Amino acid sequence: MTDKVDSNRDSYHPHSASVAVTSAALRDWFVREVLPLEAALTQFLRHNWRNKSDIPDLVQEVYARVYDAARKEMPEQTRAFVFTTAHNLLIDRVRREKIIQIEAVSELDTLAIAADEPAPDRSVIARDELRRLQIALDRLPPRTREVVTMRRIDGLSRAEIAQRLSITEVTVKWHLNEGLRALADDLYGEAAALRNKS
Amino acid sequence: MSAADIQTRAADWVNQRRDSGEWTPDDQAALDAWLAESPEHVVAYWRLDAAWERTQRLVALRPSKPERTRGPIWRNALRFAAAAIVIAAGTSAAFYFTKPTAPDTRHFATDVGARKTIKLADGSEIELNTNTVLRIAPGPNPRMAWLDKGEAYFRIQHDSAHPFVVMAQGRRVVDLGTEFLMRAEPKRLEVALVAGRAQLDSPNDPTQEPAVLTPGDVAIATANAISVTSKSTKVLSDELSWRQGLLVFKYTTLEDAASEFNRYNRKKIVITDPKVAQLTIVGTFPSNDVNAFTDAAQAIFGLRIENRNGEIAIKR
Repeated sequence: MTDKVDSNRDSYHPHSASVAVTSAALRDWFVREVLPLEAALTQFLRHNWRNKSDIPDLVQEVYARVYDAARKEMPEQTRAFVFTTAHNLLIDRVRREKIIQIEAVSELDTLAIAADEPAPDRSVIARDELRRLQIALDRLPPRTREVVTMRRIDGLSRAEIAQRLSITEVTVKWHLNEGLRALADDLYGEAAALRNKS
Repeated sequence: MSAADIQTRAADWVNQRRDSGEWTPDDQAALDAWLAESPEHVVAYWRLDAAWERTQRLVALRPSKPERTRGPIWRNALRFAAAAIVIAAGTSAAFYFTKPTAPDTRHFATDVGARKTIKLADGSEIELNTNTVLRIAPGPNPRMAWLDKGEAYFRIQHDSAHPFVVMAQGRRVVDLGTEFLMRAEPKRLEVALVAGRAQLDSPNDPTQEPAVLTPGDVAIATANAISVTSKSTKVLSDELSWRQGLLVFKYTTLEDAASEFNRYNRKKIVITDPKVAQLTIVGTFPSNDVNAFTDAAQAIFGLRIENRNGEIAIKR
């Protein structure tokens, strides 16, 4: 079914690359094709960059560059495009910082391997999604998990949560924001990659 | 600004827009301005917004015994677990009884996606669902209302000397000590009784027999007939889940689920493929989050979602 869907899409938009990309289409593409690469992208950056505390900034900059480029023309091979962008970013950083990072040059092969790795099967993603979400939720710090559960699963209002936990609504909001960030890291792979490393 | 700072800000925007229940045009303008500042803002926002959408599916983990976690309104609903649901539909038929109203009839309306609770002096409460118009007779102790369109849940303080009467679609519901839901759709009125007793009749057409409803009864009135079926308390509770801002589907076709969502949202879901329309789903969704629904359709059935011209098309 997936194959059929993809070929349909091609036939509907034979010249999509030359058509101005709408913001909604761009977001859709970014969420569907770029974000799922985050775990692999993070791993690639960690392999090739010495200062690990730079990684979140590097991921963000790769995304920003990919977005800027895709606004003008949607890349045909998302995966290869993302990793090429990451590679070029590292080269730029090395030049700018005038530091010679041997790894950044020697591990160019990583790029080719990462780019060829097949995307995970969509149906597997769908089946595992709820379980993944549950695991991600379980990994949140206890208080944050409690607040997120009350809001997102139990459907309590922020005021009700504040009252039940005897905390302010500002604190409830803080937990929701932190919870969302942590869930995103978990779902898109950065936290998973960090955990594997440590 | 570091990636962490930008993410914190983006998370705040996402939660504010998606989750706080307060989102004004000024908020949208401020968000647009922030996004326009840099591509880093856009990608951070998209990423967290996408994560928010994915985590919407966590609603599926909601315990099936709702009284454990629900707020006070819900517990009330269960306590009266016998009240009534009435669904009225508003076209031409709705208006013959609605014309001769007093000039100071009080008028209540909700916008698409909104809800509102009206409290009467005697303690009776009427909750209006999305896109609903209700008028209430004047005076300090009104005992008559007109559901011109939409859906409303009535929890009425019973007074046997002065039964509460609701008119809709040319039909009349007379409370006999009652909680009930009424929903008015074009050419169709539905009345579900949750607690107490109520009578549904047709003052314009004496040939039609009145129906006396007991808890669990769901009456559906069309132009020429009234039919009554009985539903379990659980099913009625699901039908009342809009009072918590939720839609509950149990083996509901995508077509029916889409039309439910369309009652609550300006951006309409369109399904033209009959095979897609007949797929069935089970799940609980926030009524204002169409994306959670289309995401599920995409993930479960491998369907395609197309946003265009203010519509959302679901296709194979």
